[in-house]
Amino acid sequence: MTLPMFVETHPRDELVRTERLPHIWCPGCGLGNILSGFTQAIINSKGTIPIDNQVVVSGIGCSGRFAGYVKVDSYHTTHGRAIPFATGLKLANKKLNVSVISGDGDLMTIGGNHLIHAARRNINLNVIFVNNFNYGMTGGQFGATTPHGAITTTSAKGNYEHPFSMPYLMASAGASYVARWTTLHLKQLEKSIENAFHHDGFSFIEVISPCPKGFGRKNNFKTGLDQMRYFESASLKSDNINLKEATASMKLLDNLPVGEFIIDNKPSYLKVKEATILNNGGRT
Amino acid sequence: MLGDHAIAEGALAAGCNFFAGYPITPASPIAERMSWRMNHVDGDYIQLEDEIASMAAIIGASCAGAKAMTATSGPGLSLMLENIGLAYMMEVPCVVVNVMRGGPSTGMPTLTSQGDVMQAKWGSHGDYEMISYCPSNVQEMFDFTVKSFNLAERYRTPVILLADQILGLMTSNLTIPHEVKLNTEYRKLPPKDTINYKPYDNAELIPPMALAGMGYKVHMTGLTHNEFGYPAATPDTHSKLMSRIRDKFILNLDEIIDLEKINLNDCNIAFIAYGSESQSVKGAIKIAEKKGLKIGLLRLKTIWPFPIKEVVELSQQVRKIIVPEINMGQIVHFVREYAHCEVISMPHPGGSLHSPEEIYAKIKEVIS
Repeated sequence: MTLPMFVETHPRDELVRTERLPHIWCPGCGLGNILSGFTQAIINSKGTIPIDNQVVVSGIGCSGRFAGYVKVDSYHTTHGRAIPFATGLKLANKKLNVSVISGDGDLMTIGGNHLIHAARRNINLNVIFVNNFNYGMTGGQFGATTPHGAITTTSAKGNYEHPFSMPYLMASAGASYVARWTTLHLKQLEKSIENAFHHDGFSFIEVISPCPKGFGRKNNFKTGLDQMRYFESASLKSDNINLKEATASMKLLDNLPVGEFIIDNKPSYLKVKEATILNNGGRT
Repeated sequence: MLGDHAIAEGALAAGCNFFAGYPITPASPIAERMSWRMNHVDGDYIQLEDEIASMAAIIGASCAGAKAMTATSGPGLSLMLENIGLAYMMEVPCVVVNVMRGGPSTGMPTLTSQGDVMQAKWGSHGDYEMISYCPSNVQEMFDFTVKSFNLAERYRTPVILLADQILGLMTSNLTIPHEVKLNTEYRKLPPKDTINYKPYDNAELIPPMALAGMGYKVHMTGLTHNEFGYPAATPDTHSKLMSRIRDKFILNLDEIIDLEKINLNDCNIAFIAYGSESQSVKGAIKIAEKKGLKIGLLRLKTIWPFPIKEVVELSQQVRKIIVPEINMGQIVHFVREYAHCEVISMPHPGGSLHSPEEIYAKIKEVIS
């Protein structure tokens, strides 16, 4: 018989606002895994990025609560506006490593305009885009990433709209680092977040995350574990895939392409800005 | 100097080093000048995709320590309102300039209005207090911008400067006093003790503000929060938070409220006016003086918080108060709420000011 082990602290406690636990996320939700991966990436990057320089900005929704649990300077902003808020933070103190962590409804549906413009600017932010295919906090309505045909509380007959393919959209808009993982790929996600931290430019990581209450149980995934099993069977590491095909249908027979799709070393917003000013007479 | 440019120069004199904006008539010359002038102060100009983003960006920049401003006109202010509430709730200093133009909707982009004075105070959802100044000439465009920055920093709050199209696009002499730069204020920063710092300590009226990157690991949210900045949606926490934030204004009215008083000591009839419209009122008062009539003016340099005490005092001393404004009657309602005498509205749908002659005609009508 194995005896349960009790520990006083968790190795990543220094980066979690433990006084706020238990968190509000449902059993089976993927956000805990992402918190784990993100905090580990901060620890792994300690040598190059001091923890005091790490900043997290979130919008509204379940993923929007991320900022409230991670123990770095963190800002919980308005719905859809985390990216422009983060843009202000980064420009006002260029030493900061600013990560935006929020959900699909927040970042893409209401805030989609800011997302594509930030990618176009190749501005120095890391966006961790938690895609659970629905508005979880408000009860499971469809949004701009909900698969066609999916049942939600506002699409009882099936979603009759078509979703954005996030990696394809981000690459077209100009993002210079684009990756996708699921919450099953914890180690890969951790490494990817580290890569994003050190990437000079706009980094975008889509994390496909289970939401049994809002999305899963209406769409053939009874529990969070069922959706994780689907991630295991459907994920296909495809770094060099044509991004047009990087869909996420959540259908049993379809592949779910994951990987680091784009790593482009084109100059970042801040680099281009400084070079442009310098080449035109400097700050005079 | 152009009125809009005077605002930009006022911002720079006050220490502004971050400007985010989106082009809009008649406020664009502010953004244009800031895009060039930010180079000289090693600051940042960013032109965003809309006014929602501009407002969010100045709050973010201020959280990282910048003195931040945006400038817009009516349609842009409408888009900024939600995030103005965020700045109020998070208690983040920032300055929003609204060069008012004819509304509603697209209205009259190139013509004047004072139609947004109520929107500044009531536009964002929920209860909040606002500090708003109304300049009436180019010099005041500069002076009140400096003042807006100082009060935003002192009280950790957004401040809305309510200019209008006539002032924004008017050219006039401007004096930049040497001492302005010496008197610029900056928010109080917390003591070195990062462990015991409470970002929203109710024991302090205006708690010191920790900036991103200082090591305090602050959490700031638009949700109702406790003294540690953590979400706590209870009636008790909400009441304490709302009361403390409101008290920042209510307990400092004398510092915030600035008024100009003309002929108020011995008149029977007085005007309450603000902004460019008050110039026409001054013209009408001169005409009246020539005809032997002494008419008073209480000019609201500060429109929010509303100068209740001064309006009550005035109403106890005069017979009638006339409120001319370039809207269909907005501030007149506030005057009526507090005045003990007859209050006469003198509305204007917008596009131009009342002429001094029109206002003088109103004086004669009211006297008879």
